[in-house]
Amino acid sequence: MNTPIRETSDGTLAHGVFLFLLLLTLWLLLAGSLDPAELVAGATVSLVVTMISRPHLAIFTGLKLTPAAIPPFLSYLGLFMVELVRANLDMARRVLTPSLPLQPALVEVKTELQSPLGRLILANSITLTPGTLTVDVQEDRLLIHWVEVPPDLDSEKIAQAITQKFERHLKGFVK
Amino acid sequence: MRLLADLFLLVGAAFTLLGALGLVRMPDVYNRIQAGTKAVTLGALSLILGIGLLYPQWWSKLLVISLLILVTNPLGSSTIARALLMAGVAPWKKAEAKTPQESET
Amino acid sequence: MTLTLLEIIALAMLGIAVLLSLFRLILGPAAPDRVVAADTLSVITTSGLVVLAAFLGSPLYLDVALIYGTLAFVGVVAIARAIEGNGS
Repeated sequence: MNTPIRETSDGTLAHGVFLFLLLLTLWLLLAGSLDPAELVAGATVSLVVTMISRPHLAIFTGLKLTPAAIPPFLSYLGLFMVELVRANLDMARRVLTPSLPLQPALVEVKTELQSPLGRLILANSITLTPGTLTVDVQEDRLLIHWVEVPPDLDSEKIAQAITQKFERHLKGFVK
Repeated sequence: MRLLADLFLLVGAAFTLLGALGLVRMPDVYNRIQAGTKAVTLGALSLILGIGLLYPQWWSKLLVISLLILVTNPLGSSTIARALLMAGVAPWKKAEAKTPQESET
Repeated sequence: MTLTLLEIIALAMLGIAVLLSLFRLILGPAAPDRVVAADTLSVITTSGLVVLAAFLGSPLYLDVALIYGTLAFVGVVAIARAIEGNGS
């Protein structure tokens, strides 16, 4: 018998459950109450959307759905917030300096992350860190626009360091 | 509490203003994206946090809005940057970029 | 609700930010600059709507902000795709 909940290339049952819980949480946050009526309505809608999205569940296969993934996820969030604030102070300094200290260039770096979701999160993180903006992702290479490339140093190496800082935490919860 | 909320609002508005200022001052479109995205994202988060302190009962919706901004804003910026690169818009380079020693002037 | 001095200053700064982005939007010089300005303006508007909700004391504006933010994102991606298509 070919049961519909069997593991397929579209993603596993676990990923479906994950999406369902994600949608239900979003529903409850928007509803702002834990009323039984809201729960039933939210669960119904989330279930329908999860069913419709089955062919697209493959995007979640990049996620590691184990309890061990939680600490790296939290430490990643912490790193991300710190980097976001640093990025803004850096940008504020540049904008307010009359001479506009800029030395922009495009730099290419490699990522070790295999899944599209992992690369997406990495690209987003790089965009919000000091002086860098992800322009394109092709296979395992990220094209980054950098506001100020240090003139003397090996810029590729430094860019690689930026990527690895995030990768170290990301590897804990995405592939 | 009101004072703390006001401080977050002030910081948020200041970063938003800096982002907009960067948008005007930066020499090319890629740098404008950088200034626009980063400063405005943090500005928006700080503003929302300030409002959250004023109206704690709105926390759930404010959380959803912050997540929305945090996910969509960098993604949108990257999409624009990628489109520009594919359309052949070359990034701006400082005139004296070839000789870094003279770039101090 | 009555506004404190700090809140008025914050609102004024937001207003100037909107004007500066509009400045870039109108001035261009090219279409990409306008797209970037519109994108930035949309995020400023989203957070502006949240601030408005608080100062008018009506949570309804939060829903407006949410929908506005979502639609703005979809719009930006659509425009980006259009620019991409015009390229080589």
